[in-house]
Amino acid sequence: MLEPPTKITALVVDDDTINQMIHHRLLDNLGIRNQVVRNGKEAIDVHCSGKNFDLILMDMEMPVMNGIEATRKLRAMGIRSMIAGVSTNTRERENFMKAGLDDYQEKPLTTSKLVSILHKVHKDG
Amino acid sequence: MDVMTQLQRQWREHTAYLRKEGYLDDQFEQLQKLQDENSPDFVAEVVSIFFDDSEKLLNNMARALEQKVVDFKQVDAHVHQFKGSSASIGAMRVKNLCIEFRNHCEAQSLEECVRCLRKLQYEYSLLKNQLEYLFKLEQQIRAAVV
Repeated sequence: MLEPPTKITALVVDDDTINQMIHHRLLDNLGIRNQVVRNGKEAIDVHCSGKNFDLILMDMEMPVMNGIEATRKLRAMGIRSMIAGVSTNTRERENFMKAGLDDYQEKPLTTSKLVSILHKVHKDG
Repeated sequence: MDVMTQLQRQWREHTAYLRKEGYLDDQFEQLQKLQDENSPDFVAEVVSIFFDDSEKLLNNMARALEQKVVDFKQVDAHVHQFKGSSASIGAMRVKNLCIEFRNHCEAQSLEECVRCLRKLQYEYSLLKNQLEYLFKLEQQIRAAVV
């Protein structure tokens, strides 16, 4: 079955199982196809495998590769997806934004925070 | 009043009580909103993971504080994780205690940390009992539909 090209896709990048479940469900509920990875390196790997997403929800503090480094790397790779940082670490917020975020939201994510992020997603080629 | 109506009222009253007493905040309601026919056990599943994670983290904190030379950064890392997960499910009182605990870690005060851990263990077990009661009510409500 052909997927209509206007469906939004998302990548959840978070090391915490509870956040993974909640963010996955939030996206599912809004009809957004999504995938979950556990850290920045897995996020890079999934892009290297050829996948692309309209929206990336990026946690900041993760093992192996954190959100700041992952965001920098993705931008350096030419990835222009909307990247929304999701964190509780207000001290690093500026560094996180500078790494290449389009938006930043405080955890925990809610439906309304997600909707406000989605309003900013551009669906162009 | 039939059994179903009674159970539903008990459920509503208990949820309101948990909110009023500050055990739970708005975030828990957000989780409940994510539950539907497609995901009827969502909240229970998330909370079950929370219980497992919490018990692991509390053990880790206890062990870290028992060391001859306490690594406060390590203790803080565990508390930070616990703060995150409790915030994610709306466990307000537990989360606030974690915030207090982190201050003691930063001050490297062993006595305060140990005291805070005890409070945290107690608060967590209270919450666990309350949530398990809530889920039992839900199970009974579902059984009463038959």
